[in-house]
Amino acid sequence: MRAVCYHGTSDIRVEDVPDPRILNPRDAIIRVTATAICGSDLHIYGGYIPTMRSGDILGHEFMGEVVEVGEAKTRLRVGDRVVVPFTIACGHCYFCKEEMWSLCDNSNPNAWMAEKISGFSGSGLFGYSHMYGGYPGGQAEYARVPFADVGPIKVPSSLSDEQVLFLSDVFPTGYMAAERCGIRRGDTVAVWGCGPVGQFAIKSAFLLGAERVIAIDRYPERLDMASAHGRAQVLNYEEVDVLDALRALTGGQGPDACIDAVGLEAHGTTLDAWYDLVKTSLYLATDRLHALRQAIAACRKGGTVSIPGVYGGWLDKFPLGAAFAKGLTLKMGQTHVHKYMPMLLERIERGEIDPSFIVTHQVSLDDAPRMYQTFRDKQDECIKVVMTPG
Amino acid sequence: MDTSDMTLVPVSDVERWGALTGAALLFAYGVSRRSVPGVCVATMAMPLAYRGVVGRWPTSVLSLLRAGDDTRVALAGDRGVQVFEAVRLERPLGEIYAFWRTLGNLPRFMSHLESVTESSDGRSRWVAKGPAGLRVEWQAEIIHEVPNQVIGWRSLPGSDVVTAGSVNFGRVRGGRSTQVSVRLQYAAPAGHVGAVVAGVLGHDPAQTIREDLRRLKQVLEGGEVPRADATIRGGTR
Repeated sequence: MRAVCYHGTSDIRVEDVPDPRILNPRDAIIRVTATAICGSDLHIYGGYIPTMRSGDILGHEFMGEVVEVGEAKTRLRVGDRVVVPFTIACGHCYFCKEEMWSLCDNSNPNAWMAEKISGFSGSGLFGYSHMYGGYPGGQAEYARVPFADVGPIKVPSSLSDEQVLFLSDVFPTGYMAAERCGIRRGDTVAVWGCGPVGQFAIKSAFLLGAERVIAIDRYPERLDMASAHGRAQVLNYEEVDVLDALRALTGGQGPDACIDAVGLEAHGTTLDAWYDLVKTSLYLATDRLHALRQAIAACRKGGTVSIPGVYGGWLDKFPLGAAFAKGLTLKMGQTHVHKYMPMLLERIERGEIDPSFIVTHQVSLDDAPRMYQTFRDKQDECIKVVMTPG
Repeated sequence: MDTSDMTLVPVSDVERWGALTGAALLFAYGVSRRSVPGVCVATMAMPLAYRGVVGRWPTSVLSLLRAGDDTRVALAGDRGVQVFEAVRLERPLGEIYAFWRTLGNLPRFMSHLESVTESSDGRSRWVAKGPAGLRVEWQAEIIHEVPNQVIGWRSLPGSDVVTAGSVNFGRVRGGRSTQVSVRLQYAAPAGHVGAVVAGVLGHDPAQTIREDLRRLKQVLEGGEVPRADATIRGGTR
């Protein structure tokens, strides 16, 4: 089959690889009908994610048709059309039972690697390094899905692939980020980063009762989308001083909650952003956290900073003192996708939201190398790439 | 639990003072005789004094007294390799106990074991995989068993390896979860066989046992051990 394979920083290739096969009783094989490039795939593309190996198949946002199931009893049947959550969860451990699916104890075969770095391991992830299990990803014609009896969700034929594909990651990720803000009626929420997760965080904040959402980015097309589809007020950080603007917009109080949908490759125009850029370029630091610093600085006293953006290492100049002084709540972590999929699918079916608005590029899987570059460099007003195998 | 059957714990203070006092008396008596038998008696006080100070018999005396492959000797005190690891599972205690008590199940999650065969006399034969395809075998017996609480075992004389261990089962988190705690000791003999024995659990025995318990959890909670089969292009996993 054809698959998108990693070969090093900025080096991905579409190659012929062996088809996946059933390895465990609870497995299923999916024929992929649509798969997307995630912003976090760009962290791999940029060389920020350790324990990647040459030849690893990328991709964790995918959906398709079940073509084979393992011998275990499963609710899936050959022919079912499903969306697959990017986190892999067994469904029976303490964390799965407590709805903390992305922290599953039993789905990472290389848990010891993550334990060396983090003390304990989260769940396995598709196509996201050997530290997270070394599972081949979904940017391919076929994908093996472990624990297929608890992960994939069946979707009705009345909805298009583009309407349901983002249940795999970015929609639940944006939703969980907003939910964790503990939004109350009348609240103002600020969102850093208007990529797909930011766009869904904006939408979700309104769904959860926010009165106003302020979106921060520097790309006009992303700010336009946040404004047009998300009804957000927008700030271009290259044109205005974000902290001053947020203070002014909130009567000197600051947003009630701040969402960092940027993560470890933040850009900025202030001194600390240049400091991060120099240090990470020299391999003296692991993460560029300008957006997170600004979110902590901007947040009102007693507010919540919710972090769906991915961080990888040991953060330098992290303003914990400011967070402490203002009594902030910090919420973070991989998305508990399984928890949100059914409810968000219902919202899509009811017409409350149509996630396909984020798609800017629909291409063939063979275009992956070019599209990774386009997406990374924000060329051609690229916000979300959906690829179709074959 | 009572571990005295498996390991000789260091002697108590009372015993040590007793040994020291006895040694002093014996030495004083022997010297006071000012004769060859007296010197012999005084010399005999030395091992006793050693036990009083160090807390165990000198090795040379032990080797005279007992066979070296007795777990009570080879694993006494801080001798041998000792491992303690624990894991929590979301399964009923009785189910986990029954799974473990069926010793033939152990190779399903203990990667270094090839087979465990129970015989009708309560003894079992263990075969482990060493480096380079070599095998290590030992006979073991269960020496302590309280259903749904603890299983303790030790190897029998004549085995390649001297080993003893116990596994405790307990309810935790208000009875909602089960904790399995494993204590394992083993001593490798010198020479070639010893090198093979040392290779069975690798350079970090605690990590090996931790991975075993992780697999136990995966098998009992998830029904299978997760497999990735990544880098299928290179085929070098």
